[in-house]
Amino acid sequence: MRALVGLIALLPAPAFAAALEGEAQRQPINWVAIAMFVAFVGLTLWITKAAAARTRTASDFYTAGGGISGFQNGLAMAGDYMSAASFLGISAQIFNDGYDGLIYSTGFLVGWPILLFLMAERLRNLGRYTFADVASYRFAQPPVRSFAAVSTLLVVSFYLIAQMVGAGQLIKLLFGLPYAFAVVIVGGLMMLYVLFGGMRATTWVQIIKAVLLLGGASFMALMVLAQFGFSLETLFARAVEVKTQAALADGAGAIEAAERGRSIMAPGNFIKDPVSAISFGLALMLGTAGLPHILMRFFTVPDAKEARKSVLWATGWIGYFYILTFIIGFGAIILVGTDAGYLDGQGALRGGGNMAAIHLAHAIGGNAFLGFISAVAFATILAVVAGLTLSAASAVSHDLYATVFKQGQASSVDELRVSRLTTLALGALAVLLGLVFEKQNVAFMVSLAFALAASGNFPVLILSLLWSGCTTRGAAWGGTIGLLTAFVLTLLSPAVWTTTFGLGTAPFPYSSAAIFSVPAGFIAIWLISRLDRSPRAAVDRAGYPAQRVRAETGIGAFAASDH
Amino acid sequence: MAGSAEDQYVAAVAADPRYQALVARRARLGWWLSAIIFFAFVAYLLLIAFDKALLGAPIGDGVTSIGIPIGLGLILLAIALTGLYVVHANRHHDAQMAQILKDHAA
Repeated sequence: MRALVGLIALLPAPAFAAALEGEAQRQPINWVAIAMFVAFVGLTLWITKAAAARTRTASDFYTAGGGISGFQNGLAMAGDYMSAASFLGISAQIFNDGYDGLIYSTGFLVGWPILLFLMAERLRNLGRYTFADVASYRFAQPPVRSFAAVSTLLVVSFYLIAQMVGAGQLIKLLFGLPYAFAVVIVGGLMMLYVLFGGMRATTWVQIIKAVLLLGGASFMALMVLAQFGFSLETLFARAVEVKTQAALADGAGAIEAAERGRSIMAPGNFIKDPVSAISFGLALMLGTAGLPHILMRFFTVPDAKEARKSVLWATGWIGYFYILTFIIGFGAIILVGTDAGYLDGQGALRGGGNMAAIHLAHAIGGNAFLGFISAVAFATILAVVAGLTLSAASAVSHDLYATVFKQGQASSVDELRVSRLTTLALGALAVLLGLVFEKQNVAFMVSLAFALAASGNFPVLILSLLWSGCTTRGAAWGGTIGLLTAFVLTLLSPAVWTTTFGLGTAPFPYSSAAIFSVPAGFIAIWLISRLDRSPRAAVDRAGYPAQRVRAETGIGAFAASDH
Repeated sequence: MAGSAEDQYVAAVAADPRYQALVARRARLGWWLSAIIFFAFVAYLLLIAFDKALLGAPIGDGVTSIGIPIGLGLILLAIALTGLYVVHANRHHDAQMAQILKDHAA
């Protein structure tokens, strides 16, 4: 029929990326949404123009001159992190299964405190532009930088493909524009922001997006709660009742119907076995602390104190957002699930399974608010892809070109030129990949990105920061082993082996690789460092005490350049 | 480039017992808080894996299940612990570190 239930209901673990997939039904052209989106684009391009005038050096391009405040950076981090998948996907999952959506939300949040407690201040004190600055601080530059750059490119590519495909589907869905058109718009705008405005424009795009998304979601949650006398108990009771009625209408007996209604208050099929549960949780938690585009944001603030504040603000906003999403999902069960206008003949959501929050926006605020939320969802994707592209461009220009090829002798002008060329190439590549993967199931790619970040970047950063015995070989090769383990096990897991490639029963039975690949990364770094008898290893170990003091105190840290 | 004067400064700070005590205290706080959030989350996942019924049990006579305050509580715990660390660092660590750095500054 006209709509297909989103893959969310069918896929267990990496379903949140599937949020934006499945067959997205093209909608009639939504002029209000387009007008709101054009207004957003106009504002951000104007900001980009202003930022371009102030983007002259590599430092401007990578870190906005290091002059962003902790509060601004916290909002920008939230804007970088809250994807359209987490808004539409998690609310859709709650709409379908209730409680399970909350498990994702907690998983996405718990990495932030760990990032603060173990890494944030030390990152800011040692680093300048990319997390590789920190990971390679006391080591031979080429091997560790190359590892970090390759890892960044891998993590960003998988994340980016998922975002581009999601963007195409979403825009087809919301604006009634063809898929290819949507992918080209996203790629083109993202290139303009990054190319001309660098980190300054990217930061403001993320801040504006975060404010719009938080404002829109707050309004929705408030309106939902107002209908139920601001009582969560009443909201849940009505939702259970709606689900029970639906089960009865489906032909279930009274007892079974009550059970099915009640099931939205408990964890469902989301987690099947304990190993997958822990593994998936580890990937989300530790992966957050290893995402290159998030780590890069720590270098935009003036000092460790502001870095600390950034995380507090980011954690606060993201946590608040997930609580709103929870309310929005339950609100949709009642306000959208019972309104025949939002359903097709079979009782599925019109336009696809991810439309729960979008239909709810219409139920609450009519066409104008629907247009607003649609435009916000589009803006959300733009902000995320801009941050991803910037961090990949920095990995190529700062880590590979300036440090590995030019051995630190590249001029700021040359470095800037290379990062802009890389941005162009990445933009074109992102559009191309978006088009190539249109019909593919890319659900696993976001969880793969998190697993790679958790198994490669996270162990390398932690051990180079906190273990004096870590050596160049240990970091470069151990990190690579962590990455490869995560990559290979993900390919052999059910989401890829069975669901994506249809090769039958998966050789690796769990939904996430992290429970094996994170320890593999740590143990490999430890073992290789221990066995390392090279002359360089002695230099690496001798360099630790001074690195530690600088990491703890901020002595010699790169200061903001424009204050 | 960092000159040898800065290296001497770093060495002097490193040798200061106040610095060593402060860094040890701060690291201990960081590891403790990390362990709390880490094991709270792992315990939550284990509960989901092994006892879904417990999380689904209603609170009193109501509809709301026990799992809801636990899940939302985990979100609030993450925010609260981050806040605790930041407030503690602002109140204590920064001033102590600034004093140590000042005492060794040339």
